Amino acid sequence: MSESIVYWLQQTLNALQLGSIYALIALGYTMVYGILIMINFAHGDVFMVGAFFCFLAAVFLGLPFAPTLLLAMLGAALLGVTIERLAYKPLRHAPRVSAIITALGVGIFLENFTLALAPYPKNIPPLLENITWNLGGVSLSSLQVIIILLSLGLMFLLDYVVHRTPVGMAMRAISWDKTFVPLMGVPLDLIISVTFAIGAGLAGAAGTMYALAYPVIDPYMGIIVGWKAFISAVVGGIGNIRGAMIGAFILGGVEIMVTAFFPSTYRDFVAFTLLMLLILARPYGILGKPRTQKV
Amino acid sequence: MGWEWLMAQRWLLPVLVAVGLVLAFAIEYNLFNNEYVREVMMYVGIPEYTLEYTLFNKYVQLVMMYVGINIILTVSLNLVNGYMGEFSLAHAGFMAVGAYTAALLTQKVLPVAVYPGLFPLAVLAGGLMAALLGLIVAVPSFKVRGDYLAIITLAFLMIVKSVIENIDTIGGPRGIPGIKKLTTLPWVFFWTVVSIWVVRNFVYSKYGRGVLSIREDEIASDLMSVNTRRVKFLAFMVSSFFAGVAGGLFAHLLQFISPRVFDIIKTTDVLIMVYLGGIASIGGSILGATVYTVLYEILRPSNFADLVSWLPAVVLDPLNEYFIRHLGVGRMVIMPLLLVLVMLYWPRGIMGLREFRWFIPKRDLEAHHRQPAHGGSHGAAHGH
Repeated sequence: MSESIVYWLQQTLNALQLGSIYALIALGYTMVYGILIMINFAHGDVFMVGAFFCFLAAVFLGLPFAPTLLLAMLGAALLGVTIERLAYKPLRHAPRVSAIITALGVGIFLENFTLALAPYPKNIPPLLENITWNLGGVSLSSLQVIIILLSLGLMFLLDYVVHRTPVGMAMRAISWDKTFVPLMGVPLDLIISVTFAIGAGLAGAAGTMYALAYPVIDPYMGIIVGWKAFISAVVGGIGNIRGAMIGAFILGGVEIMVTAFFPSTYRDFVAFTLLMLLILARPYGILGKPRTQKV
Repeated sequence: MGWEWLMAQRWLLPVLVAVGLVLAFAIEYNLFNNEYVREVMMYVGIPEYTLEYTLFNKYVQLVMMYVGINIILTVSLNLVNGYMGEFSLAHAGFMAVGAYTAALLTQKVLPVAVYPGLFPLAVLAGGLMAALLGLIVAVPSFKVRGDYLAIITLAFLMIVKSVIENIDTIGGPRGIPGIKKLTTLPWVFFWTVVSIWVVRNFVYSKYGRGVLSIREDEIASDLMSVNTRRVKFLAFMVSSFFAGVAGGLFAHLLQFISPRVFDIIKTTDVLIMVYLGGIASIGGSILGATVYTVLYEILRPSNFADLVSWLPAVVLDPLNEYFIRHLGVGRMVIMPLLLVLVMLYWPRGIMGLREFRWFIPKRDLEAHHRQPAHGGSHGAAHGH
């Protein structure tokens, strides 16, 4: 294979890895937005806490990969539900800005609380034996394969849950109407909690994978990754699950290509400019539908 | 002779401003620090150390200047987030633009070492630069509102930060060190008064009515022939101008700026002050910024320890062991928690949608008295 094709394939692989992590986080944003019409600004920090749960499980409990992943997902899910119950539920009928500000506050609280407990960046031990295959010049690591396949698996599972199960049907129904659907016997609070649990659990999984791929974690890592995931959700059309996945892979691709051809410090600039232009041109995203505003 | 009476004495406001300005100069130039004042104080019976530890203390002066800068930031953000009901997260970005413009001017262009009087020009330039960018941010707000505008303003903040980080001639990620300390108490006081005055007059002007009507319902106010675009241009411009001014003052107080100073956490600080004080209230913004800044300083471990040092050792020692020693990071945990608690249990803040009667124009007060049932254009006119 020629040099340039190998290079492109390598970058595509990197983009897939980054994109799948973004996608897992973006799903949490988009699900919460779909059901509550609220931007959960604390979600990026739930991802960060997920990475720290991974650290706890791997270092203090000495667990192997699979239980670590499960523990991080469970811990993050629990955190997500707790946040929803304590901070967001009382504000369900308040102005939407109140909920956004509360979410910002919760996010900073999580960052600084983690900082108080873990003042220095932590190193994650390698939980998986990392084998690197060389396929005609393209190097492919087992970690990359696991991250991509596992994320894709979780995404398909979520897609199945949302579109093919009673719980998913209830979620979609509640995102459609919050007044009459509960009257038909759908437990509103439970479904919202389940939504938060699933979203946060996926963020926990993303945290674990991110920690394995980039093994130094610190309390502020959730900010920028969380925002990138959020951009993905908006690019795909916020509230739309398949859109979030597509958006995440687009953003991952754009970022990797920018770092491949420009200085890496241009990455955030390009990502956020893309977001700004997209919102102006097509605010409802690639798969979203425009809403009409009424007086 | 109660609060009502005090609020009716409108002439007190200019007197207070004048007294404040004189005091600011006096403190800055250490005019109290002479034996006459000490003698008078001893005669009156004020212990000498009070003055020593309050107005002369450089740290107290520093905190006072931070309070002033934070009032400018809060009042100007309240114009967009409170009065207009938009949700902008870009304030730290405007602040960064103002800070960098002013700092570069005083470092490279203006001969402030020879003529320190040129400093306000630099601050003004910082404000104007920020206002220019405010115009750009106002354009997306014509099309999008609410969550999406929050995202756009946040993207703007990130872009500003990223651009600064990528321009090496202005220090890149390392920032600008060694800025001269030109921010003085009188200048902070001056700009604080100017910002309050401008925002107050803007809010109670014809355009101010437009600003309030946009908060209540943008489409309806458009139909009622409010030129919403012009109103938004103006509101964003005024708001970002003062954010830039605050940035210029901040840079010359801290003497070091870097892109990391102006991140989302800075914006969140200002948001906390706005919502703690209460939206759509100038008095609330002043109170919110003051309470937040002073509280943040009191929660410094050494300050807090000093503050409670009168407690008996039985109480003090465990308190120190389990609480005060951890305040260094602890206060960074307490402040966002405070924001969440305010939003949950006190959504209107200290004086949300209310106002000190000093800030309300006479004609509004009179109109309010003529029509007691009048709720319409803004509930803000209800006296305190």
